[in-house]
Amino acid sequence: MIDIPHRPDVRPAPTAAGALVAHGVSIGYDGHRVIDGLDLTLPAGKVTAVVGPNACGKSTLLRGLARLHPLEAGRVTLGDRDVTSMPRKELARSVGVLPQTSVAPDGVRVAELVGRGRYPHQGWFGRHSSDDDAVVLRSLEATGVADLADRPVAELSGGQRQRVWVAMVLAQETDVVLLDEPTTFLDVAHQVELLDLLTDLNAERGTTVVMVLHELNLAARYADHLVVMSAGRVVAEGSPAEVLDARTVLDAFGLDAKVVPDPVAGTPLIVPVGRHRRADGSLAPDGSAEHGR
Amino acid sequence: MTTTLPPATAVSPVVRLRARRRRRRTLVLGVLAVVIVALAALALTLGAASLSPGRALLAAVGVGDDGDLFIVQRLRLPRLAAALLAGAAFGLAGALFQSTLRNPLASPDILGIATGASVGAVYAMLGLGLTGLAVSAGAFGGAAVIALLIWFFAWRQGLHSIRFVLVGVGFAYLASSVLAWMLASADQRDAASALVWTVGSVADVRGTPLVVLGLGLAALALVVALISRWQAPLALGDDHARGLGVPTDAARIGSLLAAVGLVALATSVVGPLAFVALVAPAIARRLLDDGGPALSVSVATGATLVLAADIVAENGLLGVAAPTGIVTGLVGAPYLLWLLATHEKRTRA
Repeated sequence: MIDIPHRPDVRPAPTAAGALVAHGVSIGYDGHRVIDGLDLTLPAGKVTAVVGPNACGKSTLLRGLARLHPLEAGRVTLGDRDVTSMPRKELARSVGVLPQTSVAPDGVRVAELVGRGRYPHQGWFGRHSSDDDAVVLRSLEATGVADLADRPVAELSGGQRQRVWVAMVLAQETDVVLLDEPTTFLDVAHQVELLDLLTDLNAERGTTVVMVLHELNLAARYADHLVVMSAGRVVAEGSPAEVLDARTVLDAFGLDAKVVPDPVAGTPLIVPVGRHRRADGSLAPDGSAEHGR
Repeated sequence: MTTTLPPATAVSPVVRLRARRRRRRTLVLGVLAVVIVALAALALTLGAASLSPGRALLAAVGVGDDGDLFIVQRLRLPRLAAALLAGAAFGLAGALFQSTLRNPLASPDILGIATGASVGAVYAMLGLGLTGLAVSAGAFGGAAVIALLIWFFAWRQGLHSIRFVLVGVGFAYLASSVLAWMLASADQRDAASALVWTVGSVADVRGTPLVVLGLGLAALALVVALISRWQAPLALGDDHARGLGVPTDAARIGSLLAAVGLVALATSVVGPLAFVALVAPAIARRLLDDGGPALSVSVATGATLVLAADIVAENGLLGVAAPTGIVTGLVGAPYLLWLLATHEKRTRA
């Protein structure tokens, strides 16, 4: 477990911000619409995972929600506030985002990088206050990188580096954290470690966590709320147990799969069928999957 | 993932790191200030008529015979001031370009903005027959036109650094061709006087242009100080910067406008001093090594570089009295090669 000191005197109740809601959102690149008129509610104080096949628009949706990419139509609200028209700096105090790729400048040290997360809380001349220092230290500790504070970010391993970037987003002290495929470059142990960390964050601070994930089984394991997307549309949403069945996996991913209970967590576990490697050594004669639909 | 809070008395590593950074920065700026003062004393002392350092310094504050006063106050002080101001402007401009475009090669020489200023100045002299401040205005116009063209061709729903650099390199070639064509087709004597605009020299800058350079630099440095807050988040990339609440397009436009203004201003007074804007920020960043844009230290390294180069140039240490820009080029080009070679190694490691 991680130890995050509670300071109710400093921060408002975490879930006060309310749900992040997309109202008829359309997003595109160079005239090509990736998402068209999408409505979606991301519940406050929960961990939501967005899954879907490559190019289904899940990252685009996240970028639109975080205002990293402009909306062509529609709007996004956070509780009763309009995210679309809010000043950027004010938004950055409510919604933190970890984009897919993060490259640290040469020479920057861990504590400095995490300190950049304080930017939206600082005035025009950007003096670091002792409050900023305390928040940075807490973020370093929460992500288990406090002993690396003096090290150049470029020298760290992939798993450490990703935790440092998460620490930077934590230092923003937002009610909502959006993460775009945070586990992509990590091995399986570091993936689980990072998802545990995000779950702790949600449990202890009540932070709303929304993450785009590639790995279906980890999404099913860690999400309270699962959103399945395909071709720019939401094809299913709800608790992983309600949403993830063989039908949904086939519809969204075009994958023939068995869904069994995860022996550890009891959440749905996707087992792909594929064409080869049956337990009995058989292979369908026409090369297609023999598993019945 | 068990972490224990440090005892309340221990100094937080966050605070410790920041204190160390502050000390390093103070030390770097202090050492550079000492170097600049020493070089300045040298610049006032050396020259065709050699003065002792004591006499030179006395003359600088108005004490001495008429000959000393003339040499120091009319010849050497303006040249010293021009070297420091132009170096500061090029250093700051280069630091802004490089951190805003997140590319150590993005300097106004390589992007063709300095060459654009040369084209403007030479066209004003040879094409329009102008002299004095009007030539400087031509240089300013040339730099602004090239910057606008790069902007126009590089802008696609936002500013992409690598496209900006590549388009700039293209315009640099175009501007050099135009410049060579103008010099080749001009009368030989006119071409010789225009040549200084292709190399750059702080030798004959005094009076109004020097005042314009000083005031312009002060005004633009103030603007840069006001918008410098955006630089650290911008260095993390557009997505991170937006996520932290930085209006990235406005920040890029503001920073690049200020940088183009600085280059145009300095080039319009002393001509293009090759490689100063490329090298000074790189040295500054290496001295600080904190991943930041090193704006203020680049001002100091730029001033130091140009002053040192001008002392070498003026006193014919290369065997012949040469324009300042030739010396900065001789120092800068090997540095560029070294930067390319080691950058390659670092990215592969």
